[in-house]
Amino acid sequence: MLLGPQLARTIADFGATHVIWLPDTTLGQWEEALETSASFQLLRVCREGESWPLAAGLYLGGKSPLVVMQSTGLFESGDALRNVLFDLKIPLFSLIGYRSYLVEDSRDTAKKYAEPILNAWGLHYELIGGPEDLPRLTKHYRDCQAAGKPGVGLIAEGRM
Amino acid sequence: MDGNRHMTLVGALQVLADLRRDQVVVTTMSAAREWQRLVDHPLDFHYVPSTMGGGLALALGIALAQPQRDVIVLSGDGSLLMNLGSLVTATASKGHNLTVIVVDNGVYETTGGQKLVTTSCPIDLAGMALAARFASVAEFDNLDAWKEGAAAALTQPGPRFIVLKVAPASGDYTLDAPGPMADRIKAFRAALEK
Repeated sequence: MLLGPQLARTIADFGATHVIWLPDTTLGQWEEALETSASFQLLRVCREGESWPLAAGLYLGGKSPLVVMQSTGLFESGDALRNVLFDLKIPLFSLIGYRSYLVEDSRDTAKKYAEPILNAWGLHYELIGGPEDLPRLTKHYRDCQAAGKPGVGLIAEGRM
Repeated sequence: MDGNRHMTLVGALQVLADLRRDQVVVTTMSAAREWQRLVDHPLDFHYVPSTMGGGLALALGIALAQPQRDVIVLSGDGSLLMNLGSLVTATASKGHNLTVIVVDNGVYETTGGQKLVTTSCPIDLAGMALAARFASVAEFDNLDAWKEGAAAALTQPGPRFIVLKVAPASGDYTLDAPGPMADRIKAFRAALEK
């Protein structure tokens, strides 16, 4: 499992200026580390649909935002994602909590549909299981930024 | 005219255009259509196409990224109702340089003028903004009052929230994007850097 300080250092290495987030049980454990980082500012939203246009505005203003939400938030915010990533073509990077991925016999539909939805959007993602995967996450981020394309780090989670 | 809404959208926007100096102006929906006809300014960002209800969040992002600039967003009441939580996100994020102007016409204008849910249940958008802790809130339901109060409303402590009760447009619902988005983003970012 990823620990908050590990992830905060990785995000700082990205050069992110703002982290826009709405946490779940797993992501929520990063809160203190993200909130106290001197490298970026944590911005809380009420609903995931706000995250993408908020990040777009930061990008237009010259900043480097990162979006963090659970897979359910990805589902909820589909139109905002569509508009920002594909109409505005803003190459945002996001970390999406993959709810129930680690639960082998899970019937959670949030698990069932997470990857199909990402594939439907044509979003390139890397599955991130633990700290050993952070170099791969960083490479994926750098590759996406270099290509001017959006990307996703899909964070493996247990039960909701 | 619709009920008590006697102010035209164009008239209301002209007042803002006359007062506008170097603020960023983000437009959405019907306000985007009319603002483009009134004003051509490098610090305008016409959020067209948009995700409906996302204008406030996008403007907040610009405001947080550019704290030295005032940022005005022109939104509709239908758009705001789609993302009411944005009011709280804006105040919680301390977007002190943000002004939210809601052109409240009571309808979904760009889709043909269908009624909003508030038609059968009138609500107090200004009261909601006040409850969400906007630092200053104002509402204008006629052009003379808006002309008289606009300058003061735009210079109150922020974040600011202004409701303009306007009549729905009658017939011209079209909303065209003013050119390729990539070009507009490039030009807007360049204007912000000056």
